[in-house]
Order: sequence, then structure tokens, then C-alpha cells
Amino acid sequence: MLRQVEGSKAVADAVAACQPEVICAYPISPQTHIVEGLSQLVKDGTLPNCEFINVESEFAAMSVAIGASATGARTYTATASQGLLYMVEAVYNASGLGLPIVMTVANRAIGGPINIWNDHSDSMSQRDSGWLQLYAENNQEAVDLHIQAFRIAEEMSMPVMVCMDGFILTHAYEQVDIPTTEEVKAFLPPFVPRQHLDPAEPVSIGAMVGPESFMEVKYLAHQRMIDSAAKVQEVAKDFEAHFGRKTGGLLRSYRTDGAETIVLALGSIIGTLKDVIDELQLDGKSIGVVGLTSFRPFPYEAIAAALKGAKRVIILEKAFSTGTGGIVTQDVARAIEGMGIKDFTVIAGLGGRPITIASLRNYLTNAMAENIDRLTFLDLEIDTVEVEINKERALR
Amino acid sequence: MFQVRIHGRGGQGVVTAAELLAVAVFDGGKHAQAFPSFGSERTGAPVVAYCRISDHEIRAREPIMEPDVLIIQDASLIKQIDVFAGLQPRGYVIINSAETAEELQLADKIKVPHSLAILPATEIALTHLGRPVPNAVLLGAFSALTGVVPLEAVASAINEKFKPKIAAGNVAAATAAYEYVMNQVATHA
Repeated sequence: MLRQVEGSKAVADAVAACQPEVICAYPISPQTHIVEGLSQLVKDGTLPNCEFINVESEFAAMSVAIGASATGARTYTATASQGLLYMVEAVYNASGLGLPIVMTVANRAIGGPINIWNDHSDSMSQRDSGWLQLYAENNQEAVDLHIQAFRIAEEMSMPVMVCMDGFILTHAYEQVDIPTTEEVKAFLPPFVPRQHLDPAEPVSIGAMVGPESFMEVKYLAHQRMIDSAAKVQEVAKDFEAHFGRKTGGLLRSYRTDGAETIVLALGSIIGTLKDVIDELQLDGKSIGVVGLTSFRPFPYEAIAAALKGAKRVIILEKAFSTGTGGIVTQDVARAIEGMGIKDFTVIAGLGGRPITIASLRNYLTNAMAENIDRLTFLDLEIDTVEVEINKERALR
Repeated sequence: MFQVRIHGRGGQGVVTAAELLAVAVFDGGKHAQAFPSFGSERTGAPVVAYCRISDHEIRAREPIMEPDVLIIQDASLIKQIDVFAGLQPRGYVIINSAETAEELQLADKIKVPHSLAILPATEIALTHLGRPVPNAVLLGAFSALTGVVPLEAVASAINEKFKPKIAAGNVAAATAAYEYVMNQVATHA
């Protein structure tokens, strides 16, 4: 049913429609409203077959999720920022054990300095964790991605993070079509684990692996991640067949036909970028946008195909690797190697800095003339930082 | 695109006002996007929330810097921050105050031609609701001044959000505010 609803509430209802059996989470802004919503649904009897387990920390949340998933329960959790960092040890175990846990990351900056606002540093820090990472453009896609995520996770025996921009999406009221439990049931079959803990038929999951086999186990994880790209696409196609919406998948191009310049971005900024692209095209500019939904698995071939024929790609990122620059850029550069496409990176929106249409228009206009550096920090107060840099250098 | 910026203080229901407006617009078949400016959520601290209204899908997510409508839930903010920044020419300004435009020295602060409604929303809320929460009241004024959403849509959004008793008080208060502003508009016409 189409409703005007807060993003967090929409996601809580969508997760509930997937009929999870165990939910465990520790509250942290901006994820809190999602788990509040779910705890309410468990308490009021909407989810009679679901246990909501209160835990004392994010580390416990992921540990309980691992235990629950290993017994064959459909398991969900959610976190953000420092909360994600606090659970990291267990995050890697979830993927290492092949447990199909679905987790929302309500994207938020990482301290210090402490900052509660949006960027992608939290989920990007888990790039190599062996989890799939899908990024939502808007709240409709956030809803749809959660439903797709359970199916991808369970069919691949891999955990999936659904990343949605904290506050910008979690706290925004917009219209969202939330499928009913019955509709979701027709798309998402009951979870049948490949193996599970059962006292009647004891098995051991997660035993120690020595040097003689560890490389092979890790290589299998590598290959599984590569293979999951086809599953992400397949599930998005089947979702469209069921629900009539083109959401999820690996990536989506917008007005890129014949475009000389293509902007590539993840998450909610894609909406603002589409408005900017429309304006620039009205001015006769040759520019389009590619929205990357799937960061892990990384769709090398789909990106090469989407950028083919372009002269340059601008990668807009809400996180960066200190001292080097763009994180997504490294992968995009490999995807387009030898294609003669120049890549540029713009770091934007760190710690909730608003990314405005005016700033994007100005930056992209310069970018189309290649009147930019390879790496730009959008709207950086350059005079302020230069004073500080000189002071620091003088003191060393 | 029609853009609304709501200024108030923590505890006055600023974010709820934007939500109610979005629901009222949605019920009328249009698109709306409401979102808070995510500052420190302390009672009494300045808070800003936004609502975009359009016939089409709303994709942009930047803060509203050039509003068509300003709702000022707490007139003491006028002296503290530039609440009128970016107001569109011929925009609408709705202020919760028992003072006049002259007493609030608005002529010095609003530099563009605009439509203005000043109403004692807190007093209206106290009369009909028994609590000094002006947010839904000001949406009644919004309906009267702009005509962008009918009062009935505001009332149904209030009824969806609140429990019956609180909803009834808020609907009565919003209706009183609607009539107050309609009378003001008629007087000036």
C-alpha cells in the first residue's frame, strides 16, 4: 500500500513483511527508529513467530545474530557508525561462516571528532568484510532492497548489508509502497539453511582451519562474492516481475546515452544528481549519471558497459581513504582500465555537510572542461585549512 | 515545486509539523518530502524542518534554502537567527506571536514582497488543546494563507497521527487558526 511514511518506519514494516524469526539490535542514531518500529511490531503481536532479543551492545547484537542464524532462523539486525565498528569482529565471522543475516546500516560518519550525521565511512570500512553491500537511492528502494536482501542472502548463504543514508533517508517522510506479508511470501520462500545447528543432528560450524586449508576457504569466499553479482541481478529482475518496480540490481544509468561525462555515485545523492543532470542537459551539456546499487559484489563488467563511450567519469564519494582519496574510485579505475576514460573523484557530504544543487552544478561544469583536480573535496573551506596546515607544519 | 521551511524550538513539534503537512499533501494526491534539519535535539534549542510539495516525484534532497513559505513557531528566534534567509519574493510568512508586525520590526528584516499572517498560535493551542504546542495550529494558518492544502486534509493528517482526544483538540485549534487568518486576509483585502 502506498503510504506517506518515515523511511525508518517503512523499513521496519518491510523487514516485518519478510517474517524474520530473530531480531536483535542495539540502538544508535540514526538507526534507532527502525529497531524501535520492529520491537513495537513484535510486542503488539504482528510478528508472532519472531523473538526480539535485547542485547547490551552491538558486539552482542551481531553475536546473537550469528547464533540465531546458525540454528536456521531468519535473522535481522541494524546499526550505524561506531556501532558497526564495535561489532566488526563478529561481522567478519558472520560472512566467514556463510550466515545469511540481513543488516541495515543507517549510514553515519565515524568519529573522532564525534559526529552523528550522514556519510558512508561506516559501511565503507567494511568493504573487505565479505558482506554484500547494497545502497538505497530513496526510501522506496530501501524497502525493496531489504526484501531482495533476504532472498539474495539465503540463496547465496552470505550476509547482506542494506545501506541507507542516515537522517537523509531514515528520517525523511516520503511516499513508499510497502508490500504486504502475503505479497512478500510469494517472492521470498521460507528460509531453508544449507546446514544448521540442531541437537538432534549435531554438526560443528566454524571449526578452526589451519594453514593447509585457510587459503582455499578464503578463495571460496572470493569466488562466492564474484558469483553473487549474477544473483543480485536475477533477484532484482524477479522482484520487478512480482512488484513492477525496477529497484536493486547492480547499477542503473540515467540519461547516459552518448554522454561525454558520467557521474557515478551511491545512495541518496543520486536523486539530487538527477535534478542537476536535467538542468545541465537543458543547457545542452553532455552528461549523465550512473547510480551504483551494488558496491559488493563490485560489478566490473556492468560498470565498463555503462561507462563505454564516455570521455570521463566523476566518482562522487561520501567517504575516503585518508592520504589517498576515493575508495569506490579504486575499483572503478580497474573496471575501466584501458578504455581511455579519465577518472576524477569528488569527496562530498562528509559528516552531514549538505550537498547542494548549486555546488554540484558548479563543480560539474568545471569537471566537463576538465578544469578540476583528480581529487576534489566539495565545498572545502580551503583558506581555513591552509592556515591550519601551515601552523601544524611550523610546529613539527 | 513549493517549498516550506519551519523554524521553532525543540519541544514545539517542528518535525511533526513537517510530517503532518507531508501527510496532508499526500492525502490530496500530491508528492511531498518532509525532513528535519538534524541538529542537537534538545528542548528549547532552535530546530528547522522542511517540506517540499510537488505534482511530480521529488528527487532533490538538499536543505531548503529558498523557501516559498516560512512558518516561525517561536517569534523569539527572529532576533537570534536569520529565519527569513532566502525567502522567495511573494513568499508566505506565518508567525506565532501575539505582537504586531511593527512590534516584531519585520519591515527591517523581510526584504522581499510577501504575504504575512501573525497569529497567537500558542494561546490558540492552550485554549483548544490545553497545551502550548503551536505546530498543528500553524498548519491551519498555512492552509488559510496559501491555499496549498485544504483544512480538511490538515485535519485528517492530525487524526491519523494523534490519539482521538489530542487529535480533536488539535483539529479544533487548527480550525480556529484557519478562521483567524481568513478574517485577517479579509480585513486587509
